[in-house]
Amino acid sequence: MNNTIIEVTNLKKDFHVGDVTVHALKGINIQIRNGEFVAIMGTSGSGKSTMLNILGCLDKPSSGEYFLDGVSISGLNKNELAELRNDKLGFVFQSYNLLSRTSALENVELPLFYNNKVKSKERKERAIAALESVGLADRMYHMPNQLSGGQQQRVAIARSLVNDPVLILADEATGNLDTRTSYEILELFQRLNSDQGKTIVFVTHEPEIARLTSRNIVFRDGLILKEQLLKEKYLASDILKSMPVEENEI
Amino acid sequence: MLGIIIGVASVIAMLAIGQGSKKSIQDQMSSMGSNLVFIMPASQQRGGVMMGNTSSQTLKLSDVEAIQKDCPNITAVSPEVRSSGQAVFGNKNWPTSLYGGNELYLGIKKLEVESGRIFTEREIKSLAKVCLIGKTVVDNIFTDGTDPIGQTIRFKNIPMKIIGILSEKGQNSFGQDQDDLLIAPYTTVQRRFLAIDYITGIYTSAISEDKTEDAINELTAVMRKQHKLAENEEDDFRVMSQSELVSTFTSISDILTTLLGAIAGISLLVGGIGIMNIMYVSVTERTREIGLRMSIGGKGRDILMQFLIESTMLSVSGGVIGILFGYMLSALVGSLMGWPVVIMTESVVLSFLVCSVIGIFFGWYPARKAANLNPIDALRYE
Repeated sequence: MNNTIIEVTNLKKDFHVGDVTVHALKGINIQIRNGEFVAIMGTSGSGKSTMLNILGCLDKPSSGEYFLDGVSISGLNKNELAELRNDKLGFVFQSYNLLSRTSALENVELPLFYNNKVKSKERKERAIAALESVGLADRMYHMPNQLSGGQQQRVAIARSLVNDPVLILADEATGNLDTRTSYEILELFQRLNSDQGKTIVFVTHEPEIARLTSRNIVFRDGLILKEQLLKEKYLASDILKSMPVEENEI
Repeated sequence: MLGIIIGVASVIAMLAIGQGSKKSIQDQMSSMGSNLVFIMPASQQRGGVMMGNTSSQTLKLSDVEAIQKDCPNITAVSPEVRSSGQAVFGNKNWPTSLYGGNELYLGIKKLEVESGRIFTEREIKSLAKVCLIGKTVVDNIFTDGTDPIGQTIRFKNIPMKIIGILSEKGQNSFGQDQDDLLIAPYTTVQRRFLAIDYITGIYTSAISEDKTEDAINELTAVMRKQHKLAENEEDDFRVMSQSELVSTFTSISDILTTLLGAIAGISLLVGGIGIMNIMYVSVTERTREIGLRMSIGGKGRDILMQFLIESTMLSVSGGVIGILFGYMLSALVGSLMGWPVVIMTESVVLSFLVCSVIGIFFGWYPARKAANLNPIDALRYE
């Protein structure tokens, strides 16, 4: 594993909508090192979603370079990009995106299905380990509709870990959750970052969430407005302790 | 999937019924004697005027004698005459047909005497008023259970003494009741009932089934000589063999089976289109799932295989259910119609194959659409 997980140089992305060309990214430079917990912020239209798609190898830049863990993505075709995603990335989406009639365990196993090197026994073991690390080992066989929003997101996080990726990309991962659950999820992310050294890039528009990371990058109109290293460490676990306990807590 | 079930069930049932009717004809053939060859008068052309069959009087007793003498491939020959009318006994009556033949007639047509006897040569010579009676006539005339043998019935007002009862034969595959008849010496029927000296048919038995072809040629040659036909004149008779009739009918029933199968095949096609629609809807509804699978490393080919397998499973399981339904349907029809029903292994295997092909073929386009989705757009799909 490289020390620099993400190396983005003068990256530009244009979209052609009919006659109009939209310059979504106008020249981005980013470096993210192993073990960082970075928040990418911005309003809608700032380009943060486009950036995330390119970082996630779901889209390719119009110009510029992107090296993911030392691999340049500009020369790769669709199948190679898919393999790269499977190998090096973990995704956590705002709406969890779990398969509905499938158990939590099978959901977590899903990325390993597309990995030819892993056999079914090892696949199950790794999935169980991932569920344990998010604290949901006792609900392995539950269906998503039997789990709360926070629990579903944890399953999604376990899924993103199961292939042992170099980078986890979270896209508004707390957007569908209430405040308390959001902080619980952030606590989990912080633990994955500090205890297991996972590199995490978290896209959000909420400053309270961004405060819990170690670096903030703010996008505006397709360019980086400012970057900020956060000296003070806020822990989600502290915030949770200070929050009033609700009467009808599930 | 319902379309597939119906399609497969109907294919199986149609083919089974078609094959069943073919088999029943073949069974009939062996029960009627596969070396049966008979001659009918043909429609004649007299100086450009077509005379039609019924007025044909071309078959004569001398033809029968000639055949007896000159056809080595023929083991038995009998003339046939026929008269329709009312059979009366006491206050019961029944419309039936009276057939006339010689002492070999029953053997040639594979008819058997259940009780009593057949008429003798002397009775033939003396135009005796004796007859054998078929079961259907017995059931309709001797309703009180009297033994018909020895009784006198009237046919076309002429009294006939019953000397024998024919064994039951049932319906033949052309729907005719083979037990609705009386049989008497041909001389009796010719003179006493019809007042004719020609005959309406000649029934023969070829020496064996494979010699039927040779027998037909011999008969034709003898008949042409008897009738003094010149080289360029057409036959004024028609030689038909049982096996010829049967092969005509089996080829008709083959055509029928194929036609029925084709119709059923169309419903299979409709079923396949149904699968395609279901798969398209499925792809649309699972767009986000497809986007997810792609984002975590699923390649286009993986998505394609996934949906193809699903559509094939759908069509094959529909096929299995359809095959079961087809069995039940053909058994039901078979018992209702009294036809034997033959389930061919080939049709089951064929249905399986067709279902798989349908699943793959009709699932292909939706699966391809799924595989070509853009993951970003798919993930955002509402």
